[in-house]
Amino acid sequence: MNEAYVVNNEREVILNVGPQHPATHGVLRYVVKLDGERIVDSDPQVGFLHRGIEKLAEYMTYHQFNPYTDRLDYLASMNNNLAYVMAVEKLLGITDQIPERAQYIRVIMAELGRIASHLVWLATHALDIGAMTVFLYSFREREYIIDMFEMACGNRLTYNYIRIGGVARDLPDGFMDRLKEFTKLFYGKVKEYHQLLTKNRIWLKRTKDVGYISKEDAINYGIAGPCTRGSGVDWDLRRDMPYLVYPELNFEIPVYDEGDVYARYLVRMDEMVQSNRILEQCIEKIPDGPVMIDEPRYVWEPKERIMMNNYALMKHFVKVVKGFKAPPGEVYFGAENPKGELGFYIYSTGEGKPYRLKIRAPSFINISAMPKMVKGGLIADIISVIGSLDFVFGECDR
Amino acid sequence: MLFNDLRKGLAVTIKYLFTHAVTCQYPDERLEVPERARWLHKLETFEDSGKIKCIDCGLCERICPSKCIKITPVENEDHTKNAAQYEIDLGRCLFCGLCVEVCPELALSMTDKYELAEYDREKFVYTKEQLLNVKSKEG
Ligand code: SF4
Ligand code: SF4
Repeated sequence: MNEAYVVNNEREVILNVGPQHPATHGVLRYVVKLDGERIVDSDPQVGFLHRGIEKLAEYMTYHQFNPYTDRLDYLASMNNNLAYVMAVEKLLGITDQIPERAQYIRVIMAELGRIASHLVWLATHALDIGAMTVFLYSFREREYIIDMFEMACGNRLTYNYIRIGGVARDLPDGFMDRLKEFTKLFYGKVKEYHQLLTKNRIWLKRTKDVGYISKEDAINYGIAGPCTRGSGVDWDLRRDMPYLVYPELNFEIPVYDEGDVYARYLVRMDEMVQSNRILEQCIEKIPDGPVMIDEPRYVWEPKERIMMNNYALMKHFVKVVKGFKAPPGEVYFGAENPKGELGFYIYSTGEGKPYRLKIRAPSFINISAMPKMVKGGLIADIISVIGSLDFVFGECDR
Repeated sequence: MLFNDLRKGLAVTIKYLFTHAVTCQYPDERLEVPERARWLHKLETFEDSGKIKCIDCGLCERICPSKCIKITPVENEDHTKNAAQYEIDLGRCLFCGLCVEVCPELALSMTDKYELAEYDREKFVYTKEQLLNVKSKEG
C-alpha cells in the first residue's frame, strides 16, 4: 500500500483534495498526508477523464484518428495534430517530401499554439495564487490567437488542421497581416505580465523555493518540457532532435537552474518571447507553393480529379473506406509540445489501421513527479505546484 | 514596500481603464464568423432542378469518426440513387469536417450557424429536411 495512506502517529491526518477542486485544473484527486500544515506524503490519482483514445485508434483509419488528437491537450490542439501527423509520416517514409510552405505553416501554427497554451497556463496559475488581473489580460491575447486559428481552419478549439501530408488548406487572405500585427504587439504584452508579477512580493513569496526538484530527479522522473528546463536540464526537442524547419530558425532555449516554481514560471515567460521570435522569422521566410504533397496513395486528391477521373474516384473510395495501407513496422515520434514531449508510438502490421497506438503524454509524466515536489512543503504550496506543472487532463487520462 | 508593488501593478490596470472594451455584448452584438467556419452541416441541391445532390455513396457515413451520420437510400425510377433519409446526430458530431472533405459530389457543406443548443437530446438529430433548409450567410 502506498505510504500516503498509512497514518503512523496521531499527529498525522489524511486529507482528500479533489476531484472537484477548482484549482486542480480538471479532475485530479490528490490525497495528502499532513502533519499540521506540513505535507508528509501525497499521492495523485488520475484517470477520471479516461476515454480510451488509444484503444479507439485501433478501430480507425489514420485519417479518422486525426480529430481525436485534438482532444488530448485541448489547449494546444495544433501541436497534438502535428505530433501525430509527423509520427504517421515517419511510418510512411514521406517526412522529407512535405512541401516547404506546409512546413512553415506548421511551425507558425505550433508556435502560436505554444503561446496560446502558455497564456492559459499563466492565466490560471496567477488566478490560483490570487492575481486575478493577469487572467483577464492573458485571455485577451489568447483570443487574438484563437481568432487567427478560426480564420485558418474554421473552429476555435479543435482544429483538425494539420493533416497527413501537409495542412488542410492554405492560409486565408489577411492571415499574415494579423500575424504580423500580433508579433509586433506581443512583446509589449509580455512586458506587462512581467510588470504585474515578476517582481511582485506576494508572487515571489508564493513561488520562490516552492516545489523544488533537482536536476537528477527531473531526469529520473522523465519529466519534460518547461518543467525540466526550470531544473537546469538543457533539453529541447526542437533543437536537439530537430524536425520541420526548426534548424533554419534562430531561437534560444531558456534554462533556469533553481528548480522551483519561480524558475518554471520564468522559463515559460521566456519561451513565449522566443516563440514570438520564431514567428517573426517565419513571416519573412515563408515561401509560396503547395501545402499538401501530391501522393495519391496516402492523401485525398483534389475534388476536380475525383469528379473527372474514374480511377481516381475508385481509389478515393478505397482510401476512405479501408484507409491507406501503411508499411508494417513501428515508429516513435516525439514533438516538443507546450507541456513537454508529446510522443506517438505506432505499431503497424500493414493494415489500414494501426495495430497499437501509444501516446506518451507529458502531463501524465509530469504529475508523477508531484509528490516529490510538494513533500515537506505547506499545504498551500500544492496549488502553486499544480499551476507550475501545467497539466491538462484530456491528455493525462487520454 | 508592498505599496510599491501595488503601484506597479495598478499602473498597468489604470492604463487600460481608458481604452476601449475588448469584450462583445453577446446576444446584442455578434462577432463575425470567418468564411471557413465549420458549423452546422447543409445538404446542397442543384440550382436549376432543386434536386438533392447527394447520391448516397456512403462515404461520409464511413469516414465519420464518431459514426453520427445515418443514411437510408432510395432507388429512383431511372435507377439512380438518392438519400431518402439523411440524419446527422449533432450531439455526437466532432465538427471535424471530414464528411465534407470526402464527399465526391460536393453535396455536403458546413455553414456558419453555430447556435445549436437544445433542451432535448433528440432534437440534436437533424433530419434531411432540416439539413436541406439550413440558411447560411453565403446562401
Ligand atoms: S463533422 Fe466529423 S463528426 Fe461531424 S458528421 Fe462530419 S465527419 Fe462526422
Ligand atoms: S459523401 Fe456526399 S454524396 Fe456520398 S452519401 Fe455523403 S453526402 Fe451523399
